[in-house]
Amino acid sequence: MKPAPFAYHRPGSLAEAFDLLDRYGSDGRILAGGQSLVPVLNMRLATPTALIDINRLPGLDGIGLGPEGLVIGALCRHAAVEGSPLVARHAPLLAQAMPHVGHLAIRTRGTVGGSIALADPAAELPACLVALDATVRASRRGGARDIPAARFFRGIYTTALEPGEVVTAAVIPPIAPGWRSRFDELVRRAGDYALVGLAAHGRVADGALAELRLVFTGVGPTPMRAAGAEAALAGRRPDPQALAAAGRALDADLDPPGDVHASAALRRHLARVLLARVLTRMTEN
Amino acid sequence: MDLTVEIALTVNGAAVRRRVEPRQNLVDFLRQELELTGSHVGCEHGACGACTVRMDGSLVRGCLVLAVQADGARVETIEGVTATGEIADLQDAFARENAVQCGFCASGMLLTSHEILRRNPRAGETEIREGLSGNYCRCTGYHAIVEAVRKVGAARPGGQS
Ligand SMILES: Cc1cc2nc3c(=O)[nH]c(=O)nc-3n(C[C@H](O)[C@H](O)[C@H](O)COP(=O)(O)OP(=O)(O)OC[C@H]3O[C@@H](n4cnc5c(N)ncnc54)[C@H](O)[C@@H]3O)c2cc1C
Ligand code: FES
Ligand code: FES
Repeated sequence: MKPAPFAYHRPGSLAEAFDLLDRYGSDGRILAGGQSLVPVLNMRLATPTALIDINRLPGLDGIGLGPEGLVIGALCRHAAVEGSPLVARHAPLLAQAMPHVGHLAIRTRGTVGGSIALADPAAELPACLVALDATVRASRRGGARDIPAARFFRGIYTTALEPGEVVTAAVIPPIAPGWRSRFDELVRRAGDYALVGLAAHGRVADGALAELRLVFTGVGPTPMRAAGAEAALAGRRPDPQALAAAGRALDADLDPPGDVHASAALRRHLARVLLARVLTRMTEN
Repeated sequence: MDLTVEIALTVNGAAVRRRVEPRQNLVDFLRQELELTGSHVGCEHGACGACTVRMDGSLVRGCLVLAVQADGARVETIEGVTATGEIADLQDAFARENAVQCGFCASGMLLTSHEILRRNPRAGETEIREGLSGNYCRCTGYHAIVEAVRKVGAARPGGQS
């Protein structure tokens, strides 16, 4: 199908974007990479009166290092994050996760801000941001605020963003020496949304895990922090006993959906498999 | 109310200026306004890859970019890369290996295969299959396509024999 008609605006500044957001209210939609919004328009699942194309807003497509950590602009394409030496060095979890986002021709257009604002429950980036204790930076007329990723993702396609707010960046705090991270996911076919994905980040000393953050994607309405499994692994190496205990704890941590892609029981099983795989790799030398 | 917007872009090296409706996708613009019908329209939601074109040097889904967003961009289609000869070896190999049947997927397959080999001249079967996972072919069963790409990769400079 073809989209219903809409007006097109391409603001040259954030101030102009705020004006347009005010003017159209809930009838206007921000267009970033378009890799999620345009399919919805093509199928007429959404019929906004106007699109506000933020692709040419200046200053939002950079990746920079500052005292607060790594700042990734909202308009950075997934492919740019994937190929960034700064990201590989200062947020290796993201460098590992990005190749799993869709296909190359999706990653050349899809943006960091779009993935954050969309909050797809099977997306990679939100889980990574929670695991890294990152913050989402959002602006609206009159000010900006930083929202911890752990509080930003509220439900399926639901975030803490308020009307009129634009995501401008993700901020990843500096990673202390001794910390490691690992991302992996299980899919039926490369490029699909994850059946189950896991972003793991923590301190590794003599092969044992500490301050571990395990954040799953695809197995609940939001990125799912597996607190029970984290506790079961605290201070331990990921040996078969520890992994078995953590796997049992996962059952209470996760609330996987069953759908055409996989039953809830299969997702639970895959989550255990992935947990063992990711932690083994994370603690390898 | 007239919602149309004027855009100016370069398509296969030629300057183009048109008024378009904002809701027109890039691939429809190429096919309907410019009669470049080598790019195809399958699913219209990013899944099949039939609409793949290059914009400012990057592969994109022509059904997920609006024509207005290509304002100022450099767009290349299968017609353009055929004319420059840059994928002639892939085209020959697709014909030789029987990697084209109905041809609906072919332009997207060829552009994507070229990009896979450009990024990784040593791509083997696994990398080729992963790289093509977003391009559907309803005829060949993929095997002939993967073989064609593998052979071209091996034959190109930097490839693995
Ligand atoms: C075939 C296919 C496979 C895919 N596979 C995956 C996958 O495996 N994993 C994955 O994570 N994603 C996947 N995606 C989605 C892709 O990553 C999208 O790019 C991403 O989810 C949205 O980013 P976007 O820039 O394209 O946003 P858009 O589509 O432009 O926008 C998405 C939503 O966010 C809003 N928005 C965008 N930017 C901002 C902003 N800065 N501030 C506030 N609101 C904003 C828009 O108004 C819209 O509601 C896939 C897409 C396709 C078509
Ligand atoms: S028509 Fe664009 S991906 Fe199918
Ligand atoms: S040859 Fe028919 S779809 Fe590929």
